Amino acid sequence: MNIIVCIKQVPGTSEVEIDEKTGVLKRSGVDSKMNPYDLYALETALRIREKEGGTVKVISMGPPQAEQVIREAYMMGADDGVLLTDQKFAGADVLATAYTLSQGIKKMGDFHLLICGKMTTDGDTAQVGPEVAEFLNIPHVSNVRKILSVYDEEVITVEMDMSETVEIQEVLFPCLITVEKDIYTPRLPSFKLKLRTMDKKVHRFGLKDLEDQNRYHYGLNGSPTQVLKVFPPPKKDVNEVWRGSGDELGKRLAEKLKELKFIQE
Amino acid sequence: MSISYKKVDVKDIEFLKSVCSSERVFVGTAIHEDYSHDELAGIRRFPDVVVEVTSKDEVAAIMKYAWDHNIPVTPRGQGTGLVGAAVPVRGGILMSLVRMNKILELDEDNLTLTVEPGVLLMEISKYVEAHDLFYPPDPGEKSATIGGNINTNAGGMRAVKYGVTRDYVRGLDVVLPDGKSVRMGGKIVKDSSGYSLKDLIIGSEGTLGIVTSAILRLLPLPKVAISLLIPFSTLEEAIETVPKIIKSKNIPTAIEYMERRVILNAEDYLGKRFPDATSDAYLLLTFDGNTREDVEKQYEKVAHICLEAGALDVFISDTQERQESIWSARSAFLEAIKASTTEMDECDVVVPRKNVAEFIRFTRKIEKEMEIRIATFGHAGDGNLHVYLLKDEMADETYRKKLAMAFDALYKKGKSLGGHVSGEHGIGYAKREYLKKTAGETYMGLLLRVKNAFDPKNILNPDKICC
Repeated sequence: MNIIVCIKQVPGTSEVEIDEKTGVLKRSGVDSKMNPYDLYALETALRIREKEGGTVKVISMGPPQAEQVIREAYMMGADDGVLLTDQKFAGADVLATAYTLSQGIKKMGDFHLLICGKMTTDGDTAQVGPEVAEFLNIPHVSNVRKILSVYDEEVITVEMDMSETVEIQEVLFPCLITVEKDIYTPRLPSFKLKLRTMDKKVHRFGLKDLEDQNRYHYGLNGSPTQVLKVFPPPKKDVNEVWRGSGDELGKRLAEKLKELKFIQE
Repeated sequence: MSISYKKVDVKDIEFLKSVCSSERVFVGTAIHEDYSHDELAGIRRFPDVVVEVTSKDEVAAIMKYAWDHNIPVTPRGQGTGLVGAAVPVRGGILMSLVRMNKILELDEDNLTLTVEPGVLLMEISKYVEAHDLFYPPDPGEKSATIGGNINTNAGGMRAVKYGVTRDYVRGLDVVLPDGKSVRMGGKIVKDSSGYSLKDLIIGSEGTLGIVTSAILRLLPLPKVAISLLIPFSTLEEAIETVPKIIKSKNIPTAIEYMERRVILNAEDYLGKRFPDATSDAYLLLTFDGNTREDVEKQYEKVAHICLEAGALDVFISDTQERQESIWSARSAFLEAIKASTTEMDECDVVVPRKNVAEFIRFTRKIEKEMEIRIATFGHAGDGNLHVYLLKDEMADETYRKKLAMAFDALYKKGKSLGGHVSGEHGIGYAKREYLKKTAGETYMGLLLRVKNAFDPKNILNPDKICC
C-alpha cells in the first residue's frame, strides 16, 4: 500500500499580520510550521500504513527552506519526501499549485492513495486537493472525517462530512481524499527519528525534472487568478442568546447539538 | 482561639446594604449553593450573608463593622481552592471579591502590573502577553483569582525555573481585620525595611488581612516555548530521570510527570485523544527562550539524557496546536480524576526533589496495602506532588477510615523525607490536623502569635490554618 501525502509550510502563527498599504503578508520574522491540517493527513497515512503495511511519502512545494516540513514529516515517520522547488514555481495560485503537485506526484511513481489536509491555514481555499485529483484523473473525496475500512489495496471506505449529512463512500484506488481536522490526533515529531533521519535525503524536483516542461503552466505564468487585495477577515464572535423554559431550552439545545453533529439521533 | 461570635441579624444586613447597595447583598435562599463549599474539601457551611464588594472602601467599612460587632468574615475569590479555606465554617459574612476585577495599571517602566484581587489568572496572562510581557506563575486552575493565588502562594507548572507567586508580588494593599488599610511593599525591587509583612500575607489564606490590590512583577515574554513529552516504561524510571535533568543545569520551566491511567481519564473527560498514550508513564518538560535555536540547544542535551536514562522516545511539541493538545489535557487532570470517581480527597505534599521517586513508591505501597485507588500527577521538578485518594464504590464509613489512615501515613512519610504538608494548595480547614502533627508545637505557637498580632479578635476567616 503506497500512500503520498501533500504537505505545506505555513506561517507559525495564526495571527498573521498584513501590511495595510501593500496588502502583502508580513512574513519576515514569522516562524514557520507544517500546515496544521496536513498533520491530520499525515497521521491518517501513518495509521493506514501501520495496519496495511507499505510506504508513506510526502510531497511539498515551496522555497528551499520548506525542506524543514519534509524533515518534520520524517520525524513523524514518513519514509521518503520530495520538495518541488524552482524559481519558476513561485507566485502560483491554486490551479498552478495543484498542477505542479500533480506533475511531481506523477514522477514519484505509482501510488494507491493520496491524502491532503482539508485546507491550509494561510490560503484557506480547500481547492488544491481536489484539483490535484482532477489533474491526475483519479476519483476524490473531500471532507473525510473517518476511515471505515481499507480493503486489499483495492478500495477504501470513508465517511464524508457534508454540512447537512454524512455520506459513506467506497472509492477504488488510486484515489485522493482530503481529511477533516480531528480525524485522528496527530502524533508528535520524535527526537529518536530526528536523530535517525538527520542525513536522510530530501529529493528536490525543479521544472527540468517534470514531464511537462512548459514554464507557462507553472508559477505566476500558469496562474489565472489575480489577487487584488489581501486583508484579514473581520473576526466573527457570534453569540446566540435563547430564552424560554428549561424544557424548551433543553429541546432546543439537543436540536442544536444534533445539527452540529456533536450527538447522534 | 475559640470565640463565640455575634449572630448576623437584620440590623447587620441593613448596614451591609447601606455600604454595598441591596443588589450585592444576599441572604437566606438568595445565597447561591456555591458559596457553601469550595472545589474539593467536602466541607460545607452556608454563610449568613454574602456581600459582593467592589472597592477597598467597602472592604474597609465592612471589616470595621465586623470588628466592632464581632462578626466572622470569610473572604472568597472564585472558590477554586481545595482545602476549604474559603468556606465560612463559622457562618457570618462571606465577602466575595470577584467584582473587584479591574486591571489598574501596567507600568512598563517598572515592569509591574497593578491589579484588583478578583482579576482572573487567565486574564492576567492574556493582558500582559499582548504587551510582550510575562507573569510566570502558572497554576493549572486558570479561572482562579489573583487574590486567591496570592493567599495560597500558588505555585504551578513553571516553578522549576521561575518560582512561585511569592516571587512575583512586589506590593500589596491590605485591609486589616479592624478595617484599617496598609500598603506593604510597593513598586520596589529591594526592600529591607523591617519585617516583610507582605510575605506574611502571601499564603495566609485570608486569615490576616484582605488584599484589595496587588502590584505584580513582570518579566519580558520569552518568545519561544517548546515542550518535550517523554514516554517511559515505568513511572519510577521517569521520576528517577528528573534529578539527572536538574543536575545537567539545563533548567526547564516545567517538569511534570503523568501516568497513563490519568491521561486516559483526561481523554475520556475531554473527549479528545492525547498525542500518545501507549506508555505507562511520561515526563513533560518545557523549555523557553528567545530563539528557536537557543531552545533547541537546551532541549537536545536533555533529550539525550532522557534517552540514556531509558526513555522510549522524546516527542517534540513545538507549535501552538501541539502545545494545546498536550497542555489542555494536563490542565484538565484534576477535573478528569474527579470525574472518574464518586468522591476524592487530596494530598498536596512537597518533598525535596530528589525524594520524589521514593514518595511515589510509598503511595503505591499505600494503594496496595490499604486497598484504595490512588491517582497521582504533579510537579516532579519542584517536588510538589498531587496525590488523590479515590472513593469509587467504597462505603462511606470505610472510605473515611482509609482516608484518615492513608493521609496519616502519607504526611508522616513526607515529613520524614524533609517535606511539608502543602506545596501550593494551602492548609485551610482540611489540613490543619496534619500541619499540627508535622510542624511541632513551637512552630504552631509562632503561627498563632502571628495570627494574634493581625487579628486578636479572630474574626477574619476563623478556624483556618492554625486556629
